[in-house]
Amino acid sequence: MDKENIYQEVVTILKKYTRTNTVWETASASSSILSDLKINSARLVDIMLDLEDTFDVEIDDETMDGIITIQDAVDAIDKLKV
Amino acid sequence: MDRRRVVITGIGVVAPDSPDVPTFLANLKEGNSGIHFCPEMAEAGFDCQVCGRGEQNINLADPILKYHELHLANDFIQLASTAALEAWYDAGLQVPNPDAEIDYRTGVVIGGIAPGIDTVAKKIVPMVKGKKVRRLGSLIIPNIMPSGASAYLSSIFAAGAYSVSLNSACSTGLDSILNGAVSIWFGWADRMIVGASESHSVHNLAGFDAMRLMNKHWNHEPAAASRPMSQQANGFVPGSGAGVLVLESLELAQARGAKIYGEIVSSFVNCGAQRQGGSMTFPNKEAVIKAIEQTLDYTSYTVDDIDYINGHLSATIADELEIANWQHVLRDRVKPFPYINSTKSLIGHCLGAAGALETIAMVLQLKHNFIHASRNAENLNPAIEGLIGRAAVPTQRIDTDEPKLAMKASFGFGDVNSVLMYKKWA
Repeated sequence: MDKENIYQEVVTILKKYTRTNTVWETASASSSILSDLKINSARLVDIMLDLEDTFDVEIDDETMDGIITIQDAVDAIDKLKV
Repeated sequence: MDRRRVVITGIGVVAPDSPDVPTFLANLKEGNSGIHFCPEMAEAGFDCQVCGRGEQNINLADPILKYHELHLANDFIQLASTAALEAWYDAGLQVPNPDAEIDYRTGVVIGGIAPGIDTVAKKIVPMVKGKKVRRLGSLIIPNIMPSGASAYLSSIFAAGAYSVSLNSACSTGLDSILNGAVSIWFGWADRMIVGASESHSVHNLAGFDAMRLMNKHWNHEPAAASRPMSQQANGFVPGSGAGVLVLESLELAQARGAKIYGEIVSSFVNCGAQRQGGSMTFPNKEAVIKAIEQTLDYTSYTVDDIDYINGHLSATIADELEIANWQHVLRDRVKPFPYINSTKSLIGHCLGAAGALETIAMVLQLKHNFIHASRNAENLNPAIEGLIGRAAVPTQRIDTDEPKLAMKASFGFGDVNSVLMYKKWA
C-alpha cells in the first residue's frame, strides 16, 4: 500500500472521531490531530486501535506518543508495514 | 412545607413497536401489543421466548449529535437520547449549539437497571480473559457507568444543574421522575430532563428467567403473553425502550408560554425493608399502603377524587396484592373503584424504563381523553374481580374526558415503592 492510500485510510478513521465536519475544510497532512482536528484526546487510543486493525500492525506506546499530525500517523504506519 | 409546583411540558418515548410518541399514542389507543417472538432468547434456551423491543431511531449523522459523539455510545444511551430529544422538542425547546452557554438551571436524571451489561458481557469479559486489556479503548467506562446517559444528555442540552443516574430496580423510571421533581421542589433546578432507559439484553434478562419470573406458557401467542390481572397470568414479559419527560417549575413553564400536560401534584417513595411479608422480591404491603396514603395525605384530595390508576401490574403473583393494597387505601370511597389498567399488557415490563414509559402512557391517556384497554385481562383473576369489580379493568378502550386526577405506582426488588399523583392541566 502506498502512502497516498495509507493517507486516505487514516483520514477515514479520523473522520469517525472528529466532532465537526468543518475542521476538514482546512485540514492538510500537517494538521495536528488534537489541536487542528479538535479530536477529544481520550479518543487517541481508539484511533490507534483502529489503525492497528486496518493496517494489521501493532503500535507501541512510544510510537503513539510520536503521532501528532496526520502525516505522523501515515509515516508510522508506512514504517510498521515494511 | 410549601413546594414549588412542577409541571410536565415535554414527553418522548421509544417503546416496543413505538419509535415515537405519536406511534405510542396510536398503539395505546388501539390496544396493540408490541410483544413478539424473540429468536435470541429462544436460542439461549430461555423459558420465556417473547419480548417487546424498542429500537432507537436517532439520526447519528446529525451534526450536533456527532459533535457529542453519540454514535460511539451504547444502546442504553442512544435509546435515552432518542426519547430525550423528542421530549425536548415537544417542550418547544431547541438543542443548543456546542458553544452555547451552560444552563445551570437545567438538570438530568436518567436511570436504568443494567446499563452497559452487554458491554461487560461482550467486550470486557472476553478482552480481560484474553489478556487484551489495552485493546478495550477509551469508551468502555462511559458505556458501563450507570450515569452514562445523564452525562451524554447534560452535554447535548448544555444542562449544568444536577446530573445523576438513579437505580431502584423496577421503580427506577418512576423514581427518576420523582427525583427530578424533588430537584425543582427544592430549588436545585428549574427544569429537569428525567426518565429511564433499558436496552434489550439477554444477559440482563437471564437472571429473571432463572428466577421463573417471566412468561413461559404463551410463547406460541406473543400478543397474549403479557397478562396482568388475568387468571392465566404466568409471569412478566420483558420489554425495552426509554421514556423521558421534561419537568419544569410552573413559573418557568408559564413565563415562556410552554404547553403544559399536567402537574405532579404529589409523590411518596419508601421501602418495606423486607419485613412483614416483604422480601427482596415481594412487597411488604404495609409499606405499599403507606406510600399510597402519604402521597394522598400531602394533598387536599380525597379518595373519591382519583379517576384513574396506572398500576405496576406486571402479571406476577404480586398483581393480586397490589390490587388489594389500592383497594385498602380507597376502601372509604363512595364512587366505584377508579379505572385501573396495566400498560405492561401492551409493551411488556420495560424494567428500569417501565415507570417512565407508563407515566407517559398516563399523561397521554388523560390528554387524549381515553383509558387504554388492559390487554389480556378478559379472564380477570377472580380475586381481583372480587376486590374491585370487573368494570374497573377496561378490556376495551374507554373514551372519556372525565379523568383528571391519576395515580401511578412502581414497585421494585429491594421492597421499594414509588407513587406519583398527577393532575391533567385544565
